[in-house]
Formats: sequence, structure tokens, C-alpha cells
Amino acid sequence: MAAVTGLERTPATAAPPATRPRAWRALVLVLAGLYFLVPLGASLWYTIYTPTAGVSFGAYGELLTAEGFAGSLALSLGLGLATIALVLLLTLPAMLAVRLFTPRLRPVMEVLCTLPLVVPPITFVAGLGTSLRAGADVLAPTPFWATLIALQDPAFPIVLVLAYVVLVLPFVYRSLDAGLRTMDVRTLVEAARNLGASWPHVVFRVIIPNLRSALASASFLTLALVFGEFTVARLLGYQPFAVWIVTISGSRGQLSVAVSILSLLLIWLLLLAVSSAFGREKK
Amino acid sequence: MTTRSRGWLGTLPLFAFYAFVFGVPLVALLVGAFTSQGRPTLENMRQSLQGGNLTSMAGSVQVSAVVALLGAVLGTFLAYAVVTSRFAALRQSVLTASGVLANFGGVPLAFFWVATLGNSGVVSGLLGLPSGALYTFWGLVVVYLYFSVPLMVLVMAPALDGLRPQWREAAAGNGATAWHYWRYVGLPVLTPALLGGVVLLFGSAFAAYATAAAMGAGTVVPLVTLKIANALTSDVLIGQENVALALSLDMIVIAGLVMAVYLPLQKRSTRWLR
Repeated sequence: MAAVTGLERTPATAAPPATRPRAWRALVLVLAGLYFLVPLGASLWYTIYTPTAGVSFGAYGELLTAEGFAGSLALSLGLGLATIALVLLLTLPAMLAVRLFTPRLRPVMEVLCTLPLVVPPITFVAGLGTSLRAGADVLAPTPFWATLIALQDPAFPIVLVLAYVVLVLPFVYRSLDAGLRTMDVRTLVEAARNLGASWPHVVFRVIIPNLRSALASASFLTLALVFGEFTVARLLGYQPFAVWIVTISGSRGQLSVAVSILSLLLIWLLLLAVSSAFGREKK
Repeated sequence: MTTRSRGWLGTLPLFAFYAFVFGVPLVALLVGAFTSQGRPTLENMRQSLQGGNLTSMAGSVQVSAVVALLGAVLGTFLAYAVVTSRFAALRQSVLTASGVLANFGGVPLAFFWVATLGNSGVVSGLLGLPSGALYTFWGLVVVYLYFSVPLMVLVMAPALDGLRPQWREAAAGNGATAWHYWRYVGLPVLTPALLGGVVLLFGSAFAAYATAAAMGAGTVVPLVTLKIANALTSDVLIGQENVALALSLDMIVIAGLVMAVYLPLQKRSTRWLR
């Protein structure tokens, strides 16, 4: 009896959800579309149209010759690659070691790697700047002073790499953790070791190939974050890409908006690369 | 080599790095917040909760709270509209766009909106907006929603996918109306994801500095991140720096309290994301 009434009711109750929400759904989608697309279109228009010159793509051409563009772009790229190398070099061995040898440290790792999310970047850089100045005073009579100065070389500020590693740590940790969850690390390692594989062989021929997509997504997220990073670089007084855009925005508004559009494109391409890296693994 | 020493060997570089690069600055911040010219004092903390500093802290909390609540509501509706849609292409493109826009913060976001609604913006000319409309409280909220709503969509889409149609059918079979269904089934299941999303949006708006700095909004809307940056970069007043450290500590405490709500919730909500 109950089953029959249930079946009888299904068309009646299923019909409203199918038809009724259509009006509000269309409204929501149209409003969202307007809100998200209008700034995009307006920015594009802003970069190609001026009342005096009419429509021209000059702002995009100017970009290549703009003073500081190539330098700041190269700096950001270099910082991004160095950050990727360092963060993977630090986290991957640690996460493998925790899984294989000291599982008790796993909650500690998790908390430590999530903690940078709680600390806003501006407060981190406040502390970092203070400790750099204090360090310079304390270390002045020792040989370490030169190291500290070398870290802050304006040509390639390693201190930014160090700071960025901290900022991306939560994302890289999560990404690698998700990747390691998909395989049985311990069994894989034991099997490889029993078959006579050396430790480097295990890491490079067994673990890393299985982690390819997690490593790729961690790297791309890091690159995207480093490219857009403004707070730390600005307050420590360096001029990578994001800081450069703000510097030129005062005198050349069109150019800064053009660069903003290009950076949206860059993020989109990077995310596309991430999702295709994940897509490959699923096949 | 024992397994324990191998474990330490692998983790030691990360822990050492962490202690130096993250631990030392935090200790420096803590020490700096409670000292003035080498002497321990509570004066910095007192000053950080007074006058202009308190106003900026309140401004940041207000903007973040409004962005978090509005973003959560709008993002949930958008996610629901997309998740229940029959068009797979719509769903896919909205989720991809959300992924892009949620990561599109900082400086470029500011210039997008300056070009759109700024004083010489394309749309503000068409709408006849008064000069400076973008640089008000609500202007800043509109700008921050541009990355907050997509972030909420990303949080809510998997949670909404977890709502099984069978639950709705079972509720309807027992005579429940749509209101009953949402009140007793839908919302309770979604609550962890919703609250987690609100906290995430609050945290990201609260910590945001680049967008406001690039817009130059600080002159109108007091924000604590701009206050800290000003105090750190200006050499006018000695001792201001330690007040900036005290303000930073206040920020960490607020962000920490909010995150303390989020982390356990996130664990609970992942149960439904499977």
C-alpha cells in the first residue's frame, strides 16, 4: 500500500522541482552572469578605447616595451620556480617519511602545514621584517651577517622564496596529501625494496611517477600564487610582477588594466593545466 | 639506520625550515608586540585597541562579515542553480570559471573594478555614478564579492551534489513540503559546508590587503591591513612599528578564533563530500 501511494505521488512531487525553479534559476544565472562578465567586458573596453584615439590595441603592444615589465616578469617567474623546487624538496621527503616511518608525527605535520592559513600574510611579513632587522643587528659582528644580506639581494631576493614557501605550504600539503591517499605507499615501497630497488630508485621510479598529477597541481598552484603575490614583496621592498603593476598604474592606467586581463588569462591557463593533469590520471 | 631515525631524517629539513622562517617571525611579532624600546610593556596592545586602530579593526571585521554573509548566500544560490541544472556544459563552465575567479584576487582584481566602476570607469560613466562610489564601504564589498562568491560556489557545489534525490523523495513520500524538506533534511546536511564557507570567506576578506591597497580605498574605508602596512612602511614615528606588531597580533587572534570554528567543521563536511 505504502509503495503504491509513494509511486502515485512521485509525478506530483517531482513535477514542481522540475518546472518551478526554472524562473528563479534563470534569474540567478542572468544576474551572476552580469555581475561577473560586465567588469571583464568593461576592462577590455577600457584598455582598447580612448575618446581621443578611438579603438586601438596599443596598450597591449606597449606592454612589451614598458620599462620594468620584462625584469619584473622574469623575477616573478624565477621566484615561482625556486619556490616550487624548495617547497617540494622540503615537503615530499617529510610526508613520505611520516607515512613510512613515523606515523605518529602525522597530526603534527598536518597542524603545522595548516597553520600558515590562520596567519594573514600581512602579519607574517610584519614579523618577518622585524626579525630580519633584529637579525641584522644581532649578527652584525658574525660571518652570518653576510648570509643574511645575501638573502635580501634585490636582484634575486631569496627571502621572498622562503616566505612564499610558507604561504603555499598549506596548499602543497593538501595537494600532496590527496595524491598520497590514492596509493598504498608502504606496500609499494616494501614491494620495490624486496625486489632489490635502492632508495633513490624507489623514490624516483615508484613514488614520483604515481604522484605526477599531485605534484603538477601543487606546482601550478604555487606558480599562480607567486605570480599574484603583492603583500610580502611590497612590504619587504621588492618589485616582482604584482608590485610593478601597481607602480605603473598611477601614470599608465590602461596598461595596468591590460596586464590585469592578461593575468586573469594566465590563471585560467594554469588551472586548465592543473585539471588536465588530473584528467590524465583518471584514464 | 632505524626506522625512527629515517623518519626524523626526512622530516627534519621541513621542521628546521619551518622553525626558522615561520617560527622566528612569529616570536619576533609576539616579542615586538609586548615591548617598547627594549622594555616589556602592554602599551602597544592598549594603543592597538584605541582610536583609529580600533576603527580600522572594526572596519575590517565589518567588511569581512558582510562579504562573508552576502557571499555565502549568493554563492549557495548560484551553486544550487548550477548543480540542479540539466545542462552539463553550464555546470562545467560555471565551476571552471569559479575556480579561476576564486584565485583571481589581489592587484588585478582592483584594476578590473577601477576600470569598470572607478571615477573614469566604463560602467560608472554609463550609470552616472557619483565620483568615488567604488571607494565606499559597499564599493569594497562589491569588489570582494567578485572572488568570494566563486569561492562559495566551489565550497557548496560538492555539498549540494551530496544531497541525494532519494532523500527528497523519501521526505515527500512521508508528506513533507518543500519547506519541511529544507528545514529538516537539506539545511542540516549542508550546515557544516555553509558555516565552513562563511568562515573561509571571512578569513580571505579579512586578510586581503593587495586589492584595497591597489584601489587606494584605505582613505575612505579604514582597514586594519592598510593600517599595519602604513605603520610598517612609514618612518615618521618611532615605536609605531611595535603598534603595528600589536595590531598584527590582534588580527591573528581574530583569524585564529574564526579558523578554530572552521577546521573541525571542514572535517565534518568532508564526510558529505564523498
